[in-house]
Formats: sequence, C-alpha cells, structure tokens
Amino acid sequence: MNTLEQLAHGFAVAFTPVNLLWCLLGTTLGTAIGVLPGLGPALTIALLLPITYQVAPEASFILFAGIYYGAMYGGSTTSILLNTPGESATIVTALEGNKMARSGRGGAALATSAIGSFVAGTLGTLGVAFLAPVVVKFALAFGPAEYFSLMVLAFITVSAVLGSSSVRGLTSLFAGFVIGMIGVDLQTGQPRFTFGTTELLDGVDVIIAAVGLFAVGETLYMASRRYAGKDEIVPLKGSLYMTAAEWGRSWKAWLRGAAIGFPIGAMPAGGAEIPTFLSYAVEKKLSNHKEEFGTVGAIEGVAGPEAANNASAAGVLVPMLTLGLPTSATAAIMLSAFQSYGINPGPLLLTTQANLVWGLIASLFIANIILVILNLPLIGLWVRLLKIPAPQLYAGILVFATVGTYGISQSPIDLVILYLLGAAGFLMRRFDFPTAPVIIGMILGPLAETQFRRAMTISNGDWSVFYKHPLSLTLLTLAFIGLVGPHIWSFIEHRRRRGPEHVPGDA
Amino acid sequence: MLNRRRFLMSTAAAGAAGLAGLHLTPAFAEGTQQIQIFVPAAPGGGWDQTGRTMDQVMRAEKLISGSQITNVGGAGGTVGLPQFISQWNGKGDSLMVAGMVMVGAIIANKAANNLTQVTPIARLTGEFEALVVPAESPFKTAADFVAALKADPTKVPVAGGSAGGSDHILFGLIAKTVGVPATNLSYVPFAGGGEALSALLGNQVAAGISGFGEFSEQVKAGALRLLAISADKRQDGIDAPTLKEAGIDVELFNWRGVFAPPGVSDADKAAMITLVETMAKSDAWATECKNRNWTPILLTGDDYAKFVAEDSARIEAILKDLGLA
Repeated sequence: MNTLEQLAHGFAVAFTPVNLLWCLLGTTLGTAIGVLPGLGPALTIALLLPITYQVAPEASFILFAGIYYGAMYGGSTTSILLNTPGESATIVTALEGNKMARSGRGGAALATSAIGSFVAGTLGTLGVAFLAPVVVKFALAFGPAEYFSLMVLAFITVSAVLGSSSVRGLTSLFAGFVIGMIGVDLQTGQPRFTFGTTELLDGVDVIIAAVGLFAVGETLYMASRRYAGKDEIVPLKGSLYMTAAEWGRSWKAWLRGAAIGFPIGAMPAGGAEIPTFLSYAVEKKLSNHKEEFGTVGAIEGVAGPEAANNASAAGVLVPMLTLGLPTSATAAIMLSAFQSYGINPGPLLLTTQANLVWGLIASLFIANIILVILNLPLIGLWVRLLKIPAPQLYAGILVFATVGTYGISQSPIDLVILYLLGAAGFLMRRFDFPTAPVIIGMILGPLAETQFRRAMTISNGDWSVFYKHPLSLTLLTLAFIGLVGPHIWSFIEHRRRRGPEHVPGDA
Repeated sequence: MLNRRRFLMSTAAAGAAGLAGLHLTPAFAEGTQQIQIFVPAAPGGGWDQTGRTMDQVMRAEKLISGSQITNVGGAGGTVGLPQFISQWNGKGDSLMVAGMVMVGAIIANKAANNLTQVTPIARLTGEFEALVVPAESPFKTAADFVAALKADPTKVPVAGGSAGGSDHILFGLIAKTVGVPATNLSYVPFAGGGEALSALLGNQVAAGISGFGEFSEQVKAGALRLLAISADKRQDGIDAPTLKEAGIDVELFNWRGVFAPPGVSDADKAAMITLVETMAKSDAWATECKNRNWTPILLTGDDYAKFVAEDSARIEAILKDLGLA
C-alpha cells in the first residue's frame, strides 16, 4: 500500500511538463545512440554529466534513465536489419533477427523486439518498485563460487550458437577467450598478451570486437560478393508487423526473457549479455519451430533475448537504488551524478530521497510507453533502410562503425583493432566460422576465470566451495542436466521409436 | 619496428611544435582567458570529475572564461601521460589531472615516462581509505583484525579494488607495519569499490579496504562496521580511529592533483599556481569537495614536487613487496 502511494507520488513528479520533456529527449537520444554501433549509454551519460550543474536532480535522472532504456530499444534495430549490433547486449538478437530480415520478416522481428522490450521493461520496472528488497537479498547471496557456477551454466548456452560444426564453433569460442585475456590481469596486476603496447593494457573492448566482427566483417563480406552477381533485395512478406501466429510465439518468450533478465541484471556481476545468451538457449530448446533457428530465423530467438536485455536494464537499478551498488558502467556513471548533487547513494537513499527515487521509477514507466510509441511507427521507416542499394548502405555502416569506435576513447589503436577484427570477421564468414561464439568467449571467459580465482583465494584453495554452497550446487546441476540431458533424452526416444524388436542382426 | 615508430612520432611532434611556435599565442601569464585541461582517463571517473569540477568552479569564480577538456583514457593514465609530455610540451595554459593511481600505474606497468617529466602545480584533494568488516564479523576493532592477520594471513581474505591500486597498497602497508609478510596476504581484487562492497554485504570476505566514500553510507546504515581510517587525524562526524591511533603506523591519502606540461616558462608556472590556489581557496570549491567526500589537502609548487617524489618511492617499495613491480 505504502509502495503504491509512493509510486503515485512519483508519477506526480514525473508528469510535470518539463520532466516529460526531459523523458522524451532522453528516450529519443537513447534510441539514436543505441542505433549507432559503438556509442553506448555509459559514454553518452558521462558526456552529459555537466548538465547536473544546471538542472534539478529529478530532471537529470529522468533524462539519464531515458537514455539508458532507449539505448536498449535502439540497439536491436541495426542488429536485426544489418547484422551489426549497436550494443553488446544485442549480439544475440542479430543471430535470428537478421535471418528473419533476410527472409522478409524484418518488420515482425523489429515489432517483437520493441513490444518485447516494452513488456519486459514494464515488468522489470514493476520489479524495481515492488520486489527490490527481496531481489537484492538474493543477488547478494551470489559470491564468487556462485558466479563461477552461473558462468558454467552460461557456457552450455554456447552450444546453441555454435552453428553447423562444433569444431568451428569451439575454435571461435577459444579465439574469444584469447582476445578476452588481453590486458592487465585483475588478480595479479600483470599484463597478458599485450606485447608491450600500453594501449592494450586495458584489454579489447567487447563493443569494438562486436562492431568489428559483425559490422566491418559483414561489410567486407558483402563487398567481396558484389562481383559474384546478384544483389539481394528482400521483399517484405506478409504483414509489416506481426501475424497472429507470431504473437502467439512471442508472448511466452517475452515473459521467460523478463524472468531471466531481471534477477541476473540485479546481480552485482550479472550484466546484460549473459541473460540474452541464456534466454536464447532456453528459447531454442523449448521452441516448436527448431528448424527455423539459423535458417529463416525464429521469432522466439528475437523475442526472448530482447526482453531479457531490457529486463536486465531494470534489474541493474535495484542494487543501485537500494544499496548504492553500481553493477554496470552506466549505473556507475549515474551514481557519480548523484554525488554531484551531494546525494550519497546508499541504503538510506529510498528514505532520504523518496521524491527523486519514486519520480525516477515513475518516469521509467513513462519512458517505456514513449519508447514503444516512438519505435513502432519507426519500423516502417527502418525496414526501408534495406531498400538502400548495398554499396551506399554498407559504406554508411562502415562510416558509423568507425566514428562510433573512435568516439569511445579517441584512440587510433582502437581503430586498428576494429579493422583487424573486421578482417578476421570477413575470413570467418568466408570460411564458415560462426562469429557470435567469439564475443561470448570474450565476455564469459575472463568472468569465469576471475570468479574462479576469487573463489579459490577466499576459500584458500579448497575446491569444495563449488559444491558445498547450495546455490552453486544447484547451478552446476542445472548445467550438467543441460549438457547431458538432451543426449539421454534422445537415446530414450530413439529406443522407444525403434522398439526393442530392432535387434542387431535381425534385419 | 618500435624504433621506427618512435622516430616517426618524435619527428611528427617536433613538426607540430614548430608549427605551434609560428602561431604565437600570448603567453598565459599575461592574462587569464581560456585554459586547457587534459584528463588521462575516460569521462566519468575521479580524475574526469576533478577536471570538470575545476572548470565549473573557475568559471563560477570568474577566474577563467572557459576551458577545453581532453580525455585520453587507459592503463591508469599511462596512455595519456606520454602524449601530454610530447604533444603539450611548453603549453603554459594547460593542466593535466593525475594522482596516486598514476604513480602506481607507472611503476606497475613499467612505463617509459613518469611524473618527474611534468611540471608540478598543486595537490588538490585526497580520499582517505577505510578498513571495514561486515556487521556480523567477529572483528570489533582494528586490533582484532591485526591479531587474526598475524595468526594466519591466508584465513583473512580482504576485498578491495584492482591489484596494485590504492586499496591493495594500503593492505600491503598495514601488513608490513605489523610484521606480516606481504606475499602471504589473501587479497581479493574487484573491478571497483562497488563490486567489493557487494562481496562484503554478502559476507563473502573477512574485511574490505576502499575509499571511505565507497563505504560511508553502508556504515551509516549499520551494514558495515568501520574499524579504522587512513587519514592523518580524526575526522569530524566519523566515529572511528585513524590507523595510527589504532596502533598501526600507516597514513595514506589517495591524492589527486594537477601538473603543467614540461617546458613551461617560470612566469606561466607561477601564474598557474596562483590560479589553482585561488580556486582551491574559494567557497565554491569547498562545497564541491564536501559533496564529493574529497578532503582538501592543498600543496603547491616545490613542496608538491617533493611530496610526489616521496610518495613514488614509498609506493614502489610496497609494490615490490607485493610482487607487482
């Protein structure tokens, strides 16, 4: 009851015309930077920090939250239409979304991701408003041992994106591990694989790798095929938006995606990428249209991960608002904005700054509505992007990828890395190696390593932490079932279908 | 390969310097207008906030007409430092934000350049560190913590920021002072104070060390117990002894300050020191420091240079003990 009253009060704060305007500005800006490959919400908010000297705290947090949510919406657009993810959390979206776009269902893929983002964003925001104290308790129970077990579970999802050949898929994954290891080792402070280059000490940014492998690689691949003859212009098939069957296949995926994304987003080391991997694996496993995965594109494979990344964006706000814990780069920068107002984010924030917090939560609901209104009509415009002749379109992508990457740190070395990885991405496509496992390896490899070493440091070298903690044991068991279960299941199925009468030598 | 690149870079820098010489801008000392602030870190971090707050306060106090801020992030500032030394050489209107983190990074990364190659202007602020334990911890005082550490350091995992950073350095200094070999310590590095905080709140580690500001709200709410702070003297409103009062003779400020490029004229240097000093003594600066939990520890010119040299020596020694340098 109390929560409802405070929420109502929050809406009163958020519904003032000026704050609505900030919300609109934030969501529009967020969508735009989400669409651009490279530029992300963390950098945008960091560059806008000086406005905290000029405007009221409510207004600037409403603006920042709008940017944050907007980037999650916008990131999927280029993933789906052009196979060039704008954010690391939308890499999985490109897998099925781009296949859908190539078979003429780009509009439906965009619609399911926009509506899924709305559904999951709204559920996630409800979670922030009503479940925050419970979720945060659960999230804090996650120590290094539990995180390592979660990573093991996430590795199972890699099998879902390996493609036709597991040898090629695993090769990509291990290439990702190596790239992920570059830089100063957090545990010992020693550089690895940097070859004496100062710029490599901070490692290779996942976003640069994603833009290089996907956007630049894709561009080079398209360029190389121009001379091979036909130009693909994909006609739109059926409804611009979603058919009844597509609605039916999407809604469960949205809810599952939200259920996976929100709690993992709330975990201090969860992030927005891992839930998208998990959601994709779950959808692939549960789908009745498995044959569409990786061929014409399955709508569940877009709906689930897109819902998951938006729900995790909401989840990130839980530890930030209840404990003052930043769990993502964007949250860390928003926290530093609190400090420029002399507000110390911490466990007392909800009581000392109720106006601000509830105004922010209310504005998230409004941001979600604005975003879905902004994005649905834009779909018709976005799909027309595909009608731009390929040379101009891909030249444009290359320009945006380059500018976006340079914008991250103004470092020429980053551009060298971008194009090296782009060349690698081209060769991988040419010789049929999947690129998504590289990114997954880059994200999961170092995380798994770090958490494993932390767990072993804390336990003083005792392995039992991984199976003595109940949460950790549960996750490892789930991973084991995920790995072995399908084989046992297909063995049983096989036996049942063939029947016992099929004895060798009986033919 | 590297030699050729270095050669190319130095010729390019020399060329640029020549060009700059042709377009003579009036020396900075002659009048205050626009200044340049070089931040060797990405937007959003502590150095960036220091630079942007300086810009804000100086403009509000009408000391400058405005400033241009350049961010060159990476590797604890050791990516930006060589650029500041070579490309900003002689620019009297320029300041670089740096601090203790850069001193540590220069040593740990075995960087080719160091802070003796730039012109010290002023040390501005510092953040003292805090030693905390979860509320349920058996350690009630810093003495309890030290006793456990002496008994078996491997059984006392301590969370903090990245390996070789200020938190790790303080842990090393504490251990050294109480006679525990630094190589036996069980230090669990996290990407930042926030992540370390979650390990403490989840009771995953025995204790935590980070900037006081990272923990202050949790201490206020009773979720963490503050055992000691690394300041030089007791702080108003903080109910905890300093490490020295607790019998551990260690004092540490994670300081931040500003430097001018190499090769600036004495007049420009003096004018810059006056400018920064005036800013640091303004009420607006005091308010900003209070809001951000920065302790003002102003030190200028030659005293500052001496301080940087001493601090570098102390950090290098402890990083060697920790096996990081």
